Amino acid sequence: MPRLNLYQEEYYPSPIQNTWKEFKENHAAVLSLYCVIFFIFIMIFGPFLAPYDPLQQNIDLLLVPPAWDNNGDISYLFGTDGLGRDMLSRIIYGCRMTFGISLVLVIISMLIGVALGAMAGMSKGLRSSVVNHLLDSIMAIPTLLIAIIIIAIVGTGLVNSMWAISLALIPQFIHQTRDIVRQKMKKEYVLAAQLDGAGKVHIFFNSILPNMAEMLVVQVTLSLSVAILDISALGFLNLGAQAPSPELGALLSEGLTTAYVAPWNIAIPGGAIFFMMMSINLVGDGLRSALRYRLLR
Amino acid sequence: MNNLLSVENLTFENCHGKRWQKKGTKFTLGPVNFSIQAGETLAIVGANGSGKSLLAKLLVGLEQPDSGSIYLNEKKLEQYDNKHRVLNIRMVFQNSNESLNPGITLGSILEEPLKLNTNLGAQARVAKVEQTLRQVGLLSEHRFFYRHMLSDGQRQRVALARAIILNPQVIVADEPFAALDPSVRSQTVNLLLELQRELGLGFIFISHNLGIVRHISDKMLVMKQGKVVESGKTEVIFHWPKDDYTKKLVHAHQALIDGQG
Repeated sequence: MPRLNLYQEEYYPSPIQNTWKEFKENHAAVLSLYCVIFFIFIMIFGPFLAPYDPLQQNIDLLLVPPAWDNNGDISYLFGTDGLGRDMLSRIIYGCRMTFGISLVLVIISMLIGVALGAMAGMSKGLRSSVVNHLLDSIMAIPTLLIAIIIIAIVGTGLVNSMWAISLALIPQFIHQTRDIVRQKMKKEYVLAAQLDGAGKVHIFFNSILPNMAEMLVVQVTLSLSVAILDISALGFLNLGAQAPSPELGALLSEGLTTAYVAPWNIAIPGGAIFFMMMSINLVGDGLRSALRYRLLR
Repeated sequence: MNNLLSVENLTFENCHGKRWQKKGTKFTLGPVNFSIQAGETLAIVGANGSGKSLLAKLLVGLEQPDSGSIYLNEKKLEQYDNKHRVLNIRMVFQNSNESLNPGITLGSILEEPLKLNTNLGAQARVAKVEQTLRQVGLLSEHRFFYRHMLSDGQRQRVALARAIILNPQVIVADEPFAALDPSVRSQTVNLLLELQRELGLGFIFISHNLGIVRHISDKMLVMKQGKVVESGKTEVIFHWPKDDYTKKLVHAHQALIDGQG
């Protein structure tokens, strides 16, 4: 018998296409997505885009205003700082550093946190509790404080602040994952998967993970904002990235010394951080509602 | 004629409460004995908490019995031999809404048992999924759908498709008709009877609805507080109930029918 196909012209979108369809409805989120893509583009291709070396000092051109000012120079679009370094190049490298490091940190903490949380959620009794509360003590203290403590012990530096921030992000992922896994393990479709002969790993990846996307998006967005803010804050306090390196927080604190003469030196890095945070949060929000409505309509 | 599935002296003891607490309510099931042949239907009837669902779980291997044995085609099923059991005894859950994963398409839900238990390639799996969907009266396009796009009756059909996709010999269903409205319920019952005739399935189901029990089952098992109080041919039990509990059940059912007529 030939295959009976009533809907020959019908087109069946894949889950990702479905999500995109819902996501497109939210214009602010789409705009922010372009922003995030722009930042990712800068993160990857920054060295090719930057017109100058971010560390190259030029004593002849101190505190040149941005190009749109009357005294500005088009070859220095965002002006220069107190040591004559090109602001545009420094911002590009700064975004690359802050955004890139935060992204890497969040991905690492997510992988570790979700793995531990899944283990805690799938096991029972004492083992579950031990894994679940492994890093809880860290949650009691604000991230920034932990970072400062760790830095006080091992010394200042970007790598040390990275350790501190990822340590602070992991417990959130563990708890969220464990809660969700616990909740889903009681569902009948997990029981049904068990009856199909599925092992624990298979159940986690096939039955539970597809239902966890929403929580992961929320948590990743939150963590990404926290990571960006913390890295910049530590840089600003001279505890994280050290002075000459172009990190957005460090740029801010350097700009502070010449704030009255050259306000663009703090306005531009500050604006970059603001745009990063806003676009990430809007994208996260849009993605979350898209994922939710995908399964309602 | 050979028995397709037979159960001998199956017992199970369930302690509610923690291991270190000596107290806690104890629930004992069994001993249960019954047997069915290919194409036969067995109904399990009883009050809430009489161990019907537990019996179903024992049959499909979600719980391990304390003693007694289950024979499939006269061969004993080993306790932890789930592979063999999965292929031959499949379960349909009461609430098909809960038993279908909301996050993945129906196609991948139905593919899962095939992936885990057969060596079919990707194309063969899709073909099998489509064929099974059509077998239960859905369209092959439904494999792109999500759970929330279907009605209750369609969900129940998908649950059935999930059960028959591995070509099992026995289907165990825990109140498969309870959540459906009358017209869809009768559709589903007819679908089941049809599939049973086509595939020669042994069908074990739990129901509160004595009308359906009388309509489709060949044998029945009446349970009360974990004990089997009566078992035998459905018609015999309906005409000549022996146990007090069964008498009450049958009379209540009869009164309901008389009241309607």
